[in-house]
Amino acid sequence: MDPAIAQLVDISGSDAAMRAHADMVLERARWASQVFQRYDRDQTLKIAQAVAKVAFAKAGDYAQWAVKETGFGVAEHKKLKNELSSTPLVEFYEDRDFVNPRLDERTGIVEVPKPAGVIFALVPSTNPIATVYFKTLCALMTRNAVVMCPHPAARECCVDAALTLARAAEEAGAPEAVIQVVERPTIPLINEFMGSEKTDVILATGGTAMVRAAYSSSNPAIGVGPGNAPVLVDETADIAAAARHIADSKAFDNSVLCTNESVLITLESVAKTLKQELKKAGAHICSDDETKALRGYLFHERGFNVEAVGRDAVWIAEQAGFKVAKSVKVLVARIGLIGVGEDLSREKLCPVLAFYVASSVQQAVMQARSLLRFAGAGHSAAIHSTDMQTIMDYSAAVEAYRVVVNAPCSQGAAGFDTNLAPTFTIGTGFLGRSSIGENIGPQHLVNWTRIAWHKQSDHPASMLDIGALSHPGPLPKAPSDGVPGESRPKNAGGAARGKPADDLREQIRKIIVEELRAVLKD
Amino acid sequence: MSAEKLEVLEKSKAFWNPNKTQFWQDVGVDLVIDKREGYFLNDMDGRRLIDVHLNGGTYNLGHRNAELIEVLNAGAKRFDMGNHHFPALARTALAEALVGCTPAGMKYTIYGAGGAEATELAIKSARNATQKRKIVSVIKAYHGHSGLAVKTGDERFSKTFLSEDTEGEFIQVPFNDLQAMEDALKGRDAAAVIMETIPATYGFPMPHEGYLPSVKALCEKYDALYIADEVQTGLMRTGEMWGITKYGVTPDIMIIGKGITGGMYPISCCVVSERAGQWLKQDGFAHMSTAGGAELGCIVGLKVLEITQRPEVVSMVRYVADFIRAGLDDIQDLYPDFFIGIRQNGVVMGLEFNDPEGAKPVMRHLYENGVWAIFSTLDPSVLQFKPGILMTQGLSEDLLRRVEIAIGRAAAEVQGSGRRRAG
Repeated sequence: MDPAIAQLVDISGSDAAMRAHADMVLERARWASQVFQRYDRDQTLKIAQAVAKVAFAKAGDYAQWAVKETGFGVAEHKKLKNELSSTPLVEFYEDRDFVNPRLDERTGIVEVPKPAGVIFALVPSTNPIATVYFKTLCALMTRNAVVMCPHPAARECCVDAALTLARAAEEAGAPEAVIQVVERPTIPLINEFMGSEKTDVILATGGTAMVRAAYSSSNPAIGVGPGNAPVLVDETADIAAAARHIADSKAFDNSVLCTNESVLITLESVAKTLKQELKKAGAHICSDDETKALRGYLFHERGFNVEAVGRDAVWIAEQAGFKVAKSVKVLVARIGLIGVGEDLSREKLCPVLAFYVASSVQQAVMQARSLLRFAGAGHSAAIHSTDMQTIMDYSAAVEAYRVVVNAPCSQGAAGFDTNLAPTFTIGTGFLGRSSIGENIGPQHLVNWTRIAWHKQSDHPASMLDIGALSHPGPLPKAPSDGVPGESRPKNAGGAARGKPADDLREQIRKIIVEELRAVLKD
Repeated sequence: MSAEKLEVLEKSKAFWNPNKTQFWQDVGVDLVIDKREGYFLNDMDGRRLIDVHLNGGTYNLGHRNAELIEVLNAGAKRFDMGNHHFPALARTALAEALVGCTPAGMKYTIYGAGGAEATELAIKSARNATQKRKIVSVIKAYHGHSGLAVKTGDERFSKTFLSEDTEGEFIQVPFNDLQAMEDALKGRDAAAVIMETIPATYGFPMPHEGYLPSVKALCEKYDALYIADEVQTGLMRTGEMWGITKYGVTPDIMIIGKGITGGMYPISCCVVSERAGQWLKQDGFAHMSTAGGAELGCIVGLKVLEITQRPEVVSMVRYVADFIRAGLDDIQDLYPDFFIGIRQNGVVMGLEFNDPEGAKPVMRHLYENGVWAIFSTLDPSVLQFKPGILMTQGLSEDLLRRVEIAIGRAAAEVQGSGRRRAG
């Protein structure tokens, strides 16, 4: 606000200022989350739906903005991802109830939902808007408050998107500041947020360093490790379809989804046809020299060349020093080794696919397993096969928590082309040094209080036997006495506060319950 | 009570203020404040108290706010109080920042060391600008204890020192009584009306709708200036930066104190319009104050203004006000015969009890339950209840829990003794 103070005495970089900033944002979020927990399921769903609708409508604009700002990916694919992370996401979870109590009729245990509270959500530069949408809607569906923290490279589009969603949420009746965004993230500030005891859970999507920092923060974290998906194509597969799926997946948003295929593993008997089909599907099969150039360009001593993240195949080839046709979507580089010594068997967030030929199905399975042990454990794998036993052997062997069958892995593992839960946060589980091994969704942002009776005693047998949760809804606005239109009449009592309606509703509920009980007894 | 505390109390009586020290022992508040942080006070014997007195909003941002400590320490590496005769970096910067956030028409800031001095400055400026002497204030008003200021208030504070008005220059009218106000002004001989936006020491009676704007209109009609004492209602305590603008009034002079430096380095500010501040162009040496506008205080004040206007703070105030009100409403439903009213604007609150001294037992039971709030000196049926604008949700909930217990106990006590009195 005030340039004068900055000129005189600037403390903005001090620990005190950093902590105060984090504290204030998180405390405001705490207020919002506590008030949000007063909302019933209808109010909650309406807010999520309203926000999703706004998100859907802006999916295209933000896709373009994200590509322009970050240089990563393909706008039309990002638009699709953004759309999938809006209304369809809410529809996917619409039948799940995260608000009302539930009863396990077998054990008589009653479960009461307790939202996490304040979620600190890291947003990666590769999937910025889809992640903002996804994490926001997961938080809203579960009556949590969320603080978005964008990657600096995607800061502007993320801040704008978060503010747009925040406005939509408030217009739909959500508590003020239920969605907030860190507008100027810096590493020390992010650490302050992550380490604060005011943060209930960190949803960490991003680079390994950031995810590990989240886990080291002392706060609960749901973090995801990097991917490095193997894809196996065996003799029983529909080779043309497999090639098409793989090429589509690698080309999808230029492989910025960490679920994209990294190394294609196939068999001698299939290799030739597969290459032909890949070419038909838009791939360029690199020569040995081109592969060497590609390797040199993509991997530096410090690891993957971030310049190449989300770039298209033609551009990458050019940077590596060779030319390919304009129509090429994917570069395929043959490798003879998986693991240490072959950088191309590392994760590549760009449309470059390593291609390895094994001598048997067993060897192929073992290569896939070793690939994920080398990097990307706990993440994703894909297989194109019709042999159920091979699919089972492969799934048992690979250290991935999702195996996508006969579908593009980018979209499939993220739940968009399969029946997996749609997500932009892939749980990499214990194998991937994470806490959760499934696709992250709203259900991971709620714990349940379990009410348990003595084994020998009667316990509730039906929902009619349990008490009700109170959901009084938004906090009434306090009066400002003497301010025109904002006063409350002296000693107005309950009437002015909307209480009788609540009481009435409760009474009606009780009457209905009694009547139902009577009917059931008869 | 520990031997150490007993000794402090004895010495306090011996060297500081025997009557005041004894008073608190007599009302059951044996408090000697030691460590303090956020909205907590710690008695030297270890009792922790949630502070909802805040010294009238001084600790609006909490005790020893970490950012204010940081800026004060950083400021001390470069500044001290400064020399009050000379143009100065920090004083000018705060004055400019105040013009940026006060109502339109505010032009200069004249600095004091404390609230009373700012009141002196306001009255002197008004008298200079209008060339009239009469000052109209409200019965039970409170604007400080110095020479002119004390004359605007209750005689409770002036008579002791033979300092009450004897010249007929200080007129007092009942609050919320427009006719009385007009009667006081219509002789066109008043320099100014001075008003706390919500009279604090009187227990925060709320202005009736339209009262303050009508007073301002009367000022304009009869050529008097409007002095808004915003010491307790400024700095976001009503949910807006200044209480007076929430009531739709643009004053000629504003008095700002207490919270402006968060209790870290005291200064006060009298912000004036071009007209009210005309002496600053004629004779800038007419009022001097060595500690007035001390530059370290100005550095802290700048930070207070910046913190106070953050969007996070604005919504926190709303949450605190709404949540605490909802909780107080529930408590009122439990003890409707004793807890008879809630006066509120933002986090400026007065809790009204059905006994002329009702706030005193409530204060004592609150104290015993870990909460510090003070009764209104000029209306002890009302408890001043002033949560900070950065109250957390957890602390607000804890506060309400304690308040419910304390009011319940006070109700039992008062209603019980009432019966005894009746018998």
